[in-house]
Amino acid sequence: MHIPDGYLGPQTYLPLYGISIGLWAIAQKKLKKQLSLKHVPYLAMAAAFSFLIMMFNIPIPGGTTGHAVGAAIIAILLGPWTAILAVSVVLIIQALLFGDGGITAVGANCFNMAVVMPFVSYWIFKLIKGKTVGGARLAVAAFLAGYLGLVVAALFAAVEFGIQPMIATGANGRPLYAPYPLSIALPAMVLEHLFPFGIVEGLVTMLLLKYFLKHEPDLVYAVLDPSTNK
Amino acid sequence: MTRFQKRLCIGLLIMALLTPLGILLPEKFKAEEAWGEWGAEKLEKVLGYIPEGLKKLADFWKAPIPDYNFGGEGASMTLQAISYIASGLLGIGVCAFVVFMVSRFMAKHGK
Repeated sequence: MHIPDGYLGPQTYLPLYGISIGLWAIAQKKLKKQLSLKHVPYLAMAAAFSFLIMMFNIPIPGGTTGHAVGAAIIAILLGPWTAILAVSVVLIIQALLFGDGGITAVGANCFNMAVVMPFVSYWIFKLIKGKTVGGARLAVAAFLAGYLGLVVAALFAAVEFGIQPMIATGANGRPLYAPYPLSIALPAMVLEHLFPFGIVEGLVTMLLLKYFLKHEPDLVYAVLDPSTNK
Repeated sequence: MTRFQKRLCIGLLIMALLTPLGILLPEKFKAEEAWGEWGAEKLEKVLGYIPEGLKKLADFWKAPIPDYNFGGEGASMTLQAISYIASGLLGIGVCAFVVFMVSRFMAKHGK
């Protein structure tokens, strides 16, 4: 889901840069208010975790590959605004050092994977969890948070890809950037994330939440629900 | 660092050592790169042309370690796997450092 340079035209990547920068500014304000020093090592580890999990390319035999992002569990454990910071840093470093995702597309990639995904995951988790504090419902909430968070992020990436042929064509009528229309980009991106990539994200989210609730329950942001949390 | 945090760090290191699975399995199952992440050459093969705007932007940035691989495109699988682990360790080091510094600065000003 790391959009490379050249797949999005400036009509798409510039506004997405603007949105991401705006959200980074809001995240910075929120974190200045609510981030406590004891969370700092966890943030660093969350970024490392996200970086690593994205290296585990999952093959679809004879087809494409994809990977989990880790943004769902980070949002549940540390809060969605914290997840914006941790995952954005990861995506920027992947682009700068390893050419994974474009520099012009950093705004888009951060929007999809570091903004849309943690917030969708967080909202789904809270919605399904309701007032329960444990048990099967919590596990289902965590699984679906990861699963749907990744799928919705892929949906956004697919729309960004798919609108390119509509908004930018050359003199010869050929697309200037990503060549495939929505009718191809949407099913291609969404289906592979519905199965199998989303399943992996869901399981990782569910198992790690279980682990943290067992060993460090006081850490889990989405379960504590501090009053500053909005 | 608490004992729990140490355990998490060990978990991350184990993960880093296992990362080559992320290139070995796709190779074994003949899976290609992710959808929408093809290079210009591959696009030309599939489409018959390289979209003009894409061509201009594609080389916007030359990453020092493209594809987490020190060995270049022709590198053996062993070298690729070693590069992948080294890139993973480098990547988590840089990410953790940057996030640590940024969040530490913000937390200090908070509470």
